[in-house]
Amino acid sequence: MAGAAEGAGRALLAVGGLVRRAEVSADGRTLHQIGGREADAFYRDRWSYDKVVRSTHGVNCTGSCSWKVYVKDGIITWEQQQTDYPSVGADRPEYEPRGCPRGAAFSWYTYSPTRVRYPYARGVLVEMFREAKARLGGDPVAAWADIQADPERRRRYQRARGKGGLVRVSWDEAQEIVAAAHVHTIARHGPDRVAGFSPIPAMSMVSHAIGARFLSLIGGSMLSFYDWYADLPVASPQMFGDQTDVPESGDWWDASYLVMWGSNVPVTRTPDAHWMAEARYRGQKVVVVSPDYADNVKFADEWLPAQPGTDGALAMAMGHVILKEFFVDRSTPRFADYVSRFTDLPYLITLEPVEGGGHRPGKFVTAADLGEAGAEAAFRPVVWDTVTDAPAVPNGSLGDRFGEAGAGRWNLDLGAIVPRLGCAGGAAVQVALPRFDNDTPELMTRGVPTVRVAGRLVTTVYDLMLAQYGVSRPGLPGVWPSGYDDPAVPYTPAWQEPITGVPAAAVARIAREFADNAERSGGRSMILMGAGTNHWFHSDTTYRAMLALTTLTGCQGVNGGGWAHYVGQEKCRPVTGWSHLAFALDWVRPPRQMIGTAFWYLHTDQWRYDRYSADVLASPHAKGEFTGRHTADLLAKSARLGWMPSMPTFDRNPLDLAEEARAADPDDPAGYVARELADGRLGFACADPDAERNWPRVLTVWRANLLGSSAKGNEYFLRHLLGTDASLRARETEPDKRPRDVVWHDEAPEGKLDLLLSLDFRMTSTTLFSDVVLPAATWYEKHDLNTTDMHPFIHAFTPAISPPWQTRTDFDAFHGIAKVFSELAGPRLGVREDLVAAPLLHDTPDAMATPGGVVRDWKTGEAPAVPGRTMPKFVVVERDYGAVAAKLGALGPLLDKLGTTTKAVTVDVKPEIEFLKKVNGTVRGGVADGRPRLDTDIRACEAILALAGTTNGRVATEGFEFLERRTGRKLADLSAEHEGKQIRFADCQSRPVPVITSPEWSGSEHGGRRYSPFTINVERLKPWHTLTGRQHFYLDHDWMQELGEELPVFRPPLDMHKLFGEPRLGGNGELELTVRYLTPHSKWSIHSEYQDNLIMLTLSRGGPTMWMSEADAAKIGVTDNEWIEAVNRNGVVVCRAVVTHKMPEGTVYMYHAQERVIDVPKAETNGRRGGIHNSLTRLLIKPSHLIGGYAQLSFAFNYLGPTGNQRDEVTVIRRRSQEVEY
Amino acid sequence: MRVMAQMSMVMNLDKCIGCHTCSVTCKQAWTNRSGVEYVWFNNVESRPGQGYPRTYEDQDRWQGGWTRTRSGRLKPRAGGRIKKLLSIFANPKLPAMQDYYEPWTYDYEHLLTAPAGGTDTPVARPKSLLTGEDTKVTWSANWDDSLAGGNEIAAGDPVLRQLSDQVRQEYEKAFLFFLPRICEHCLNPSCAASCPSGAIYKRAEDGIVLVDQDRCRGWRMCVTGCPYKKIYFNHRTGKAEKCTFCFPRIEIGQPTICSETCVGRLRYLGLMLYDADRVGAAAAVKDEHDLYDAQRSVFLDPHDPEVVAAARAADIPDDWITAAQRSPIWDLIMKYEVALPLHPEYRTMPMVWYIPPLSPVVDILRDTGHDGEDLNNLFGAVDALRIPVDYLAGLFTAGDPGPVTGVLQRLAAMRAYQRRINLGEERDESLASTVGMTGQQMDDMYRLLAIAKYEERY
Repeated sequence: MAGAAEGAGRALLAVGGLVRRAEVSADGRTLHQIGGREADAFYRDRWSYDKVVRSTHGVNCTGSCSWKVYVKDGIITWEQQQTDYPSVGADRPEYEPRGCPRGAAFSWYTYSPTRVRYPYARGVLVEMFREAKARLGGDPVAAWADIQADPERRRRYQRARGKGGLVRVSWDEAQEIVAAAHVHTIARHGPDRVAGFSPIPAMSMVSHAIGARFLSLIGGSMLSFYDWYADLPVASPQMFGDQTDVPESGDWWDASYLVMWGSNVPVTRTPDAHWMAEARYRGQKVVVVSPDYADNVKFADEWLPAQPGTDGALAMAMGHVILKEFFVDRSTPRFADYVSRFTDLPYLITLEPVEGGGHRPGKFVTAADLGEAGAEAAFRPVVWDTVTDAPAVPNGSLGDRFGEAGAGRWNLDLGAIVPRLGCAGGAAVQVALPRFDNDTPELMTRGVPTVRVAGRLVTTVYDLMLAQYGVSRPGLPGVWPSGYDDPAVPYTPAWQEPITGVPAAAVARIAREFADNAERSGGRSMILMGAGTNHWFHSDTTYRAMLALTTLTGCQGVNGGGWAHYVGQEKCRPVTGWSHLAFALDWVRPPRQMIGTAFWYLHTDQWRYDRYSADVLASPHAKGEFTGRHTADLLAKSARLGWMPSMPTFDRNPLDLAEEARAADPDDPAGYVARELADGRLGFACADPDAERNWPRVLTVWRANLLGSSAKGNEYFLRHLLGTDASLRARETEPDKRPRDVVWHDEAPEGKLDLLLSLDFRMTSTTLFSDVVLPAATWYEKHDLNTTDMHPFIHAFTPAISPPWQTRTDFDAFHGIAKVFSELAGPRLGVREDLVAAPLLHDTPDAMATPGGVVRDWKTGEAPAVPGRTMPKFVVVERDYGAVAAKLGALGPLLDKLGTTTKAVTVDVKPEIEFLKKVNGTVRGGVADGRPRLDTDIRACEAILALAGTTNGRVATEGFEFLERRTGRKLADLSAEHEGKQIRFADCQSRPVPVITSPEWSGSEHGGRRYSPFTINVERLKPWHTLTGRQHFYLDHDWMQELGEELPVFRPPLDMHKLFGEPRLGGNGELELTVRYLTPHSKWSIHSEYQDNLIMLTLSRGGPTMWMSEADAAKIGVTDNEWIEAVNRNGVVVCRAVVTHKMPEGTVYMYHAQERVIDVPKAETNGRRGGIHNSLTRLLIKPSHLIGGYAQLSFAFNYLGPTGNQRDEVTVIRRRSQEVEY
Repeated sequence: MRVMAQMSMVMNLDKCIGCHTCSVTCKQAWTNRSGVEYVWFNNVESRPGQGYPRTYEDQDRWQGGWTRTRSGRLKPRAGGRIKKLLSIFANPKLPAMQDYYEPWTYDYEHLLTAPAGGTDTPVARPKSLLTGEDTKVTWSANWDDSLAGGNEIAAGDPVLRQLSDQVRQEYEKAFLFFLPRICEHCLNPSCAASCPSGAIYKRAEDGIVLVDQDRCRGWRMCVTGCPYKKIYFNHRTGKAEKCTFCFPRIEIGQPTICSETCVGRLRYLGLMLYDADRVGAAAAVKDEHDLYDAQRSVFLDPHDPEVVAAARAADIPDDWITAAQRSPIWDLIMKYEVALPLHPEYRTMPMVWYIPPLSPVVDILRDTGHDGEDLNNLFGAVDALRIPVDYLAGLFTAGDPGPVTGVLQRLAAMRAYQRRINLGEERDESLASTVGMTGQQMDDMYRLLAIAKYEERY
């Protein structure tokens, strides 16, 4: 489709070829043509323009649509979608014209009255700073220190946060304040007390990377976003050993059965929705699971209106049907073959005897159990081989991944082994399995066949799955369902009906169709899932139950099949280039990367309001690991065992600690730190987060609106982190429920943060509360790169105009800050050593730190304190604080030595460095002398493109050759077709460019096919990055066992009445109602973006609203568009009601990220400004998300970590006085 | 035969996701200026819903379009030009501000300029764009989007009100689809007939209906005359404005903005040849149910040698004739018979047509076991779709369910036919023939509707 726009409309062009002058019609009735064409001039003028520039929209939205930005007289006039995407095939729809109404309204911001045109700072702080600086001889760092040392002044400007009083300052002064705060914080508290937040790098890689790079160079903590947003489906690392890898939307076309499950595609994936609409014409059947009559139901053939949060029950019942009909009643050859080769179903599990008789599922049987020697043996799980009728160890497990012995063997080739799927015929043993569908967890007892291996009683994952799902086989003891219509026992269709509200017959039929279609189409059944199922506390279990459906039916790794998770997912396709720049891996390793949720949970003091002990979540089988434990205790444990990162890390400045360690033990500072920790002389900051020395001090937010969008527990942020007024009403934890290992201060701190800095182009809830606001260039005013997982192209941002007024690109802003910082820091900080505590990392040998997933705590003496095994790795790195700006603007020398590494694939990039020297030029003089320049945004783009396999065929091919040596499988041909192709920035500016198949991802685009994840695994037998190397149904880590979540299981939404004393769902007496409170993604915004855009406001209801059913509205006397208040312990919301019959009773929607900047009056409840959507939510951390150091359950940034889930929340709603005050 | 050419559009509502991108890109390009804040040349309505301006389809109230006199002639429902001239200073049939909405903005500046010493977070309050005063937002161009407002608003939907067995909308029975609308660029435009100044003209070469901004005197009779309420009054210039079919783009071979930016890829543009001499009679057929066929009967087959000769005789150039032959509009309206006119009963001979939407099957179907294992049954179960056929007929065929059912059956049959191919099974010609088509036609229609390449849409 070369140049669709030009080739387009040939027919139209013909029409356009001739414009005839007027002819007055003889027909006196209607056909008048009067007058000349002079009158048309107005519209012709209106349509004229000077130039059209290609750009896109830089963060939040993951649509990655290429746009034409029109410019006339130096003014941006409007934007329209580009239509020049390369064709994806003659017999398929194309990606044109990607876009949505929000993107089409973006240019409104350019000249809008909410545009931040100049730097601003909080007036009261600026006055203090100027006064102190003058008094202290003009030393800005001393001035900042002086203010911070005075609690009264500090509290004064903190209390003014969010209450107006921003004043214009110059860039020079703003940079000076910011740089001084950084220098002071590093010197006084430590670099890890400086934090940065900026999400979704794929959407503007350079804008993200530049800030992250600055923070990484100074030793600051970059906070994760994907887990914090609760968009990370933890089930993906759990099952696939992968962060999230999903099909491009063009692959929906390949599916012949599509279930949209908790993902309202027309609203939340607007540019992609056409694929879904069009694929129906190929005979794709479409099923929608949604509690409301969502916009996508219009496209469905059937609608399953499952109650919110019950999707796991529906999925388990579907799994029951599929296991029964397609595995037990008859064996489906395709499915049996697939699960034997690509899943852990045939693997052997030890059965552990339990007190009082019976057994529980235990650990994977490994080669170590069979007597194999070596550290890797414990990571080589075992199957039963039907050929030799003996245990066998297939290739491809974690044990084969890193050691010398595994070279050439890390693959899924079973060789002569034919694994036995199940132990049928073996002696039956009763296992007790937990169920959580009733008020109190219970055990169900069901039989499995067993064999004896190495003296153990074992069964297979497959047998356990059948037991768990309640699929009976003759001769097995236990309590089994009598049939699909048995409502009493999990997990039958009838069992789920009262939970979900979906008729049992419909569930059975849809499950059958889904599997039947998979069988007939070769795996082309797809589940498109999203926030509706993923933002719950127990979403990992829900997803595992849903993914069981696609994996059992052999749909993963097939074009048109498998999971398609779309919420917050992004794909920074040139990930290697971006990550090495963003985390300054070219200068210093490792970077400080922090799990966002835990950071906010501790430092906004939400943990102080947890009123339950973690054992409320435990299985009846639990050994007591969580008993009496507060979530903060578990967090502290996860940190000290090196599972998850923890920032700030220690209870002292890591620069001082490094000095101390070096002095005490020059050769082994890490050992010194380990000993100090073990002896209790050194502590983790997370064990006393409220102590002043452990607070985060400086936070920079860019490309984000933390306080208006993602900040779950918004009022906790305001009170404790920022120290300003909040509408928080929750009670603190009672003494008997408080943490054991985490220090409790009777008085909770308010105002931990010294400086909140934001960079934005518009006024948001974050800028309103910031101390310094820097005016950012918009996405039509800079150069950058953009990719997504929704399509396979990379394309460019190009400035349509220069940044207007005093706005600057993020790139220039951070360079400016870095320059002033370096000047101030050079003489004050000089060159220092910094002690970084790095967690045990995924895709490294660290993942073998915990054999068997057996938890041993050095603190209680269960294990020795060994860095990198039972605790974090302690690494001393050097920071040259005077050289930060120089390093920021040059590609560092570490790449020459270490190359690049992504997902354990290392590539020597010396040719690329030579190339970049020529393309970008080299730095002359200073620490970066002779290094490639990264001093402009375009040069940074070139570096990203050159270093990544997706954009550089040589790098991809070398990466595949590396993998060939490890796997012994042919792979390099996947990218060889593009070995000579190197995408340059100008290429991305002229047209979206398809990327190259690369080992950075799991799917193949070879030969121009559509991207679907895991096709390389399935077709080339490359292992998944898991314990077995296969997709995991079973997880045997101790903590998974404590939770009773070894297998897919249904866990209902949390009971907020039981946990927090909120009213029970339903009426609370007169004109008040307790309802489930959900915050799905909105039609008129991308998160908070566009919520303030006049065009979007005009097309919607012009301000915050809450959707409720007609029945609920009637109960509290509310009619459409009336003002209501929603109140729970977390805060208060004031908004207008949208009353509609499309909502189910008992649930309200406040569409996501409606903030308090537009049309929010004061609340009747407390007289304060109504809150944002997240004023009613808060964080709750699930312990299983904290596991680390064990196979696929190992940390990587944005790959694994606790989610900031929020959907289990409830609220009271009531009609309020219709007289509102602002 | 007097051959004329008409630029026309078909929108496939079955693909419409209701995203309003068309509205926004149109607004940004054409009406993003003062005096026309409330003007949406393109808008998207949720159905059921009241539309924009609200209840515009209630012609008893708004008096738009034509009526047929007892003698079989047509006259504007609001009266002819003489009556208009007599009542020129009083036009009671005009939607008022509350039927559109009062445009508003916010005091955004306050977010930046709020002084120190405040007790609370600054907020931007809504302000009327007409008066500058504080306001409460109570209505907009799209107030009932996606069933917002529920029965309270949907009950005012003039099409829903016409349904004989109207039932209260409930959660279990909810239905929804979207209806994007632009000016219909009618063959028999009642706006033009209503204009006392003769300022509204239909371009001879392509039929685009425009307001001559020099001649318009702001009488606003056109606003009344247009039954689709697609002529707006610019309260700053005092002149009427309307959708121009993006003629500056069309003239250089670019699709209209609303078409090219349609994310659902559901808009088709093309040229239609018609016999101008037969328009009057076709618009005046007695039975409203015959209007659909009557309008189709004025379209001329561009492949017919006689038509081609007549077109040449009428000075229509060859490349225009070629364009008419390649027109997807011809295929959708005449060949596959899946596109229908919007409210033919207004007798304006509208030239923006629609493919009606499929919708989920209702529970009845599940409960009767009608579908069972066989997906083909499901696709064929047109009677059991959630959107009542009568409602669609109220929009597209003056209430005649026959043509609507026919379209839905053809779409459903196409899905069933293609499913077999998708799964590598043998083609089943009978699926095509039951809806009066051949397998080849099924393939061609599928290509046009599903694959819908850019160069084949326009």
